[in-house]
Amino acid sequence: MKSPGLIIDTHVCTLCGSCLQACPFGALSTGDEGVVVDERCNLCSACLDACPVGAMSIQRAEKTGQGLPRAAESSDDIWVYAEHRRGKPAGVSFELLGAARRLARLPAAVAAVLLGHEVAGLAKDLIAAGADRVYLVEDPELKDFRDEPYTHVMAEVIKEHRPSVVLFGATSQGRSLAPRLAGRLRTGLTADCTGLEISEDGLLQQTRPAFGGNIMATILTRRARPQMATVRPRVMKRLAPDPSRTGEIIRPQVGRPFSSRAELLEFIEEAETVNLEDADIIVSGGRGLADPKNFGMLRELARELGGALAASRAAVDAGWVPYSIQVGQTGKTVGPKVYIAAGISGSVQHLAGMSSSDIIVAINKDPDAPIFKFATYGIVGDLFEVVPALIAEIRARRSRV
Amino acid sequence: MPYNIVVCVKQVPDTTDVKIDPETKTLVREGVPSIVNPFDTYALEEGIRIRERAGGKVTVLSMGPPQAVEALKECLAVGADEAVLLTDRAFAGSDTLATAYALSLAIKKLGTDVVLCGKQAWDGDTAQVGPGVAEELDVPHATYVRKMTLDGGSAIVERLVEGGYERVRVPLPALFTVVKEINEPRLPSLRGKIKAKSAKIPVWGPQDIGADTTRLGLGGSPTEVVRVFSPEVRKRGEVLDMPASEAARYLLSKLEGVIR
Amino acid sequence: MEPAYNEEQMMIRDLARRIAEEKVRPEAARLDEEEEFPYEILEVLKQSDLFAVPVPEQYGGLGMGVTETCIVVEELARACAGVAVTYAAGFLGSIPLVMFGSEEQKARYLPRIARGDLCAFALTEAEAGSDAAGIRTQATKDGDFYVLNGTKQWITNGGEAPIYTVVAVTDRSRGVRGASTFVVEKGMPGFTFGKKEKKMGIRSSATRELVFQDCRIPKENLLGREGHGYLITLKTLDRARPGVAAQAVGICENAVDLCVEYARTRRQSGQVISSFQAVQHLLADMATQTEAAKALLYQTTHYIDSGAQEYSKEAAMCKLFASDVAMKVTTDAVQVFGGYGYMRDYPVEKLMRDAKITQIYEGTNQIQRNVIGGALVKESARKGKRG
Repeated sequence: MKSPGLIIDTHVCTLCGSCLQACPFGALSTGDEGVVVDERCNLCSACLDACPVGAMSIQRAEKTGQGLPRAAESSDDIWVYAEHRRGKPAGVSFELLGAARRLARLPAAVAAVLLGHEVAGLAKDLIAAGADRVYLVEDPELKDFRDEPYTHVMAEVIKEHRPSVVLFGATSQGRSLAPRLAGRLRTGLTADCTGLEISEDGLLQQTRPAFGGNIMATILTRRARPQMATVRPRVMKRLAPDPSRTGEIIRPQVGRPFSSRAELLEFIEEAETVNLEDADIIVSGGRGLADPKNFGMLRELARELGGALAASRAAVDAGWVPYSIQVGQTGKTVGPKVYIAAGISGSVQHLAGMSSSDIIVAINKDPDAPIFKFATYGIVGDLFEVVPALIAEIRARRSRV
Repeated sequence: MPYNIVVCVKQVPDTTDVKIDPETKTLVREGVPSIVNPFDTYALEEGIRIRERAGGKVTVLSMGPPQAVEALKECLAVGADEAVLLTDRAFAGSDTLATAYALSLAIKKLGTDVVLCGKQAWDGDTAQVGPGVAEELDVPHATYVRKMTLDGGSAIVERLVEGGYERVRVPLPALFTVVKEINEPRLPSLRGKIKAKSAKIPVWGPQDIGADTTRLGLGGSPTEVVRVFSPEVRKRGEVLDMPASEAARYLLSKLEGVIR
Repeated sequence: MEPAYNEEQMMIRDLARRIAEEKVRPEAARLDEEEEFPYEILEVLKQSDLFAVPVPEQYGGLGMGVTETCIVVEELARACAGVAVTYAAGFLGSIPLVMFGSEEQKARYLPRIARGDLCAFALTEAEAGSDAAGIRTQATKDGDFYVLNGTKQWITNGGEAPIYTVVAVTDRSRGVRGASTFVVEKGMPGFTFGKKEKKMGIRSSATRELVFQDCRIPKENLLGREGHGYLITLKTLDRARPGVAAQAVGICENAVDLCVEYARTRRQSGQVISSFQAVQHLLADMATQTEAAKALLYQTTHYIDSGAQEYSKEAAMCKLFASDVAMKVTTDAVQVFGGYGYMRDYPVEKLMRDAKITQIYEGTNQIQRNVIGGALVKESARKGKRG
């Protein structure tokens, strides 16, 4: 068995150096004997694409399953972790059911996994959203999300019923639970997928951005099962709920105790964090606002539109608004119907956080601001004139109706 | 009481200079220096603050290529007491599961009360290693921590969740991933930099941490990248260069169906 | 072009640059507008050990030279000249102690200075600017004390610094040999401050009058011996002058960077203005002059750090040249920006306002020319004698 790695055919290689430039990890260099690969290589195949003479190939690792669970006996089922917060279902779960429905090819079934206390009522909504089956585990210990009991229960249910795929929302719950669970199951997890497809052989093709969104990567979990992935809210589309759909509710028996070393003391609501990721309309401000008090104008516009307030990193770093509403590479990722960016230049890092918005409206006095390259509607103008004009126009329309 | 603190740190390429050349459709990486993953600097700062308040030791741990020793030296210059680098060909190509496994073995060898990680890494962005390490260590964890108070053998943390935050008590030893709101990281001091320059940082390989090599590197990584490509470019839309009130009217008429 | 930095100098440069970019630049416009003293930035500088750079190691410093000190000043000046001069004037004020202090005095003050206690050098008076010999502040011996009476004017860091090195007349009859240098601390009885001056530029720097009214200071605070005042002053200014050059160079570098970036993006007549030769030529001259000033600066600092005993001429040259260059470069910078260059919302007009003072303080450029001319003649005369 050949050892896994990048293979360079030295007879074909012309030492042009294209591969060196293409490697995002800097793993290639030239030595006396030609191109040298060091341990930073992780077989991403960027160099294969770059090589003009086809001198490169990849020998993939034989994953014999030592340390990883065997893939053999899993079903083809696609599961969705049905998240709820204090009894309220998270929208992303329905979106993922929509995605799962699209991915599942008969005889694969789509199922939701619902953990909690007195949450059985949510099962019908999950079925209406596309689940054929709901695995329901109820217990007072599961009333609030806590990592350890939830990991334990999910692991047991998965081991018993062997899904092929389990999807989670990339939410605070999902991003805490999924990696712990993947570790428990010694399986593969891909985070923040923006695209999911299933190939003929049942492999989940997981696409996600990397390097701040500058490149996209497609990832597979070839052997280990289940194939786990987290997906950000607003990326997938939920199906129109069909209350006539029927489905099974299964109550797996899971061994107690459902203990947790961490103890949830209380939940405290904070107004400005209200559902930025769930908002349909977002009004966002950046450096161009120049002064924290000018955010009042944006709050006004957000209110008129029934939307949420957000900000770019520049505004947060300047201390004008809290980090909780920062959108971008190092902040939140949002995908509203309408994203209005006022006084935001539109750096790649900001775009990374809002590129999946349906409609982007940019207001900026600099006609060369990068944001105009991708805004659906770009208004070149002084935001201190445009924003009030928008507010006035909205009010005018409302009074006419 | 003094705490034995381990901060997991990753060296990442500096920012945005990795892109696909639109003409050749190949990846181009500008020669940019590597930096300590920005989120990890908050974790390090928190570790140093805990030590300043309660005593103890801060050890930074990183798994990466030999150059990652530079990132560790930066951490020493800022105030970490010790640093350890996990490096070996065997670790190369590790996905988050294999990385979490290796890190957890190193942490077990170091012994710890508190493990701190940044929220996520700039390049991989997966935010998975923290909870994965906690699972391997079999300790409780809390993510998105924006405030942390240690009280004897447990920590009370505030963690960010949708709609607000949770207050959670976590008994130690435990692992925490932190967000930017938690503190303002200090800059390195000149003395720190001078000391760090000549610091000898121990380098550990698989045998030093007693690793099962089948769980490392490419062979121990259930996930693999099979393709890398350029993101779909959003195209330029309509640019309106008209007086504010006109622009407002035009825009709102276009958005009629979408907003109420 | 980078001067050939060794590893330590590179570390200092990187750290100072990081502080300049992360902590100073975002505040520069506001500090200027509000004439606010940069307390928080000074805290950061303290925490990063940058005040320890010029203080000898045995007193808690890092024992580095004029080169390293100027690197810090230059990097800070790239972001804000007002912050840079606050640091540089601290250096200036500490030089009499480092060069002429007794063991006891050094042990008393230098560790504090290394930890970040600012200094100020007090020579100038209302009637004695270039005419340093014309100072009138009197220090009268009275038993175990000296009593100071008089007023110093335009003292950088005045009112903010805890430690002052003050030149006063101890024996008027001895003329140039009649002055002495003292260490005075804020809070000593009879030592107060006048109002903060409103300046054209370096507005974040605090400039105040020092008022001595029967200010009693212990005789242990005399630096060196009575009568050494002017000698100490001249040596101090020689050593500090490269710091002014470093401020000027930093201002120039900032100006060039801002102009090139602006020229690349500003469009007129369908082209970016950087494609117009007229603009390119301006930029080329600005950049070349800046390089020359920087080269002369570090050539001078290396000369001083290599152990030279006499460097009045060299220090005067690098200060004269860099400050004249800074005035020209910043004036041209405003020109490159055109109308926008004149607007306070844009960063370049501040640079021009900041640059002007470098031609004036620590010896006007006219005085610098006197020094250089005098030194040239003296050197030639010495050679002549040998020949």
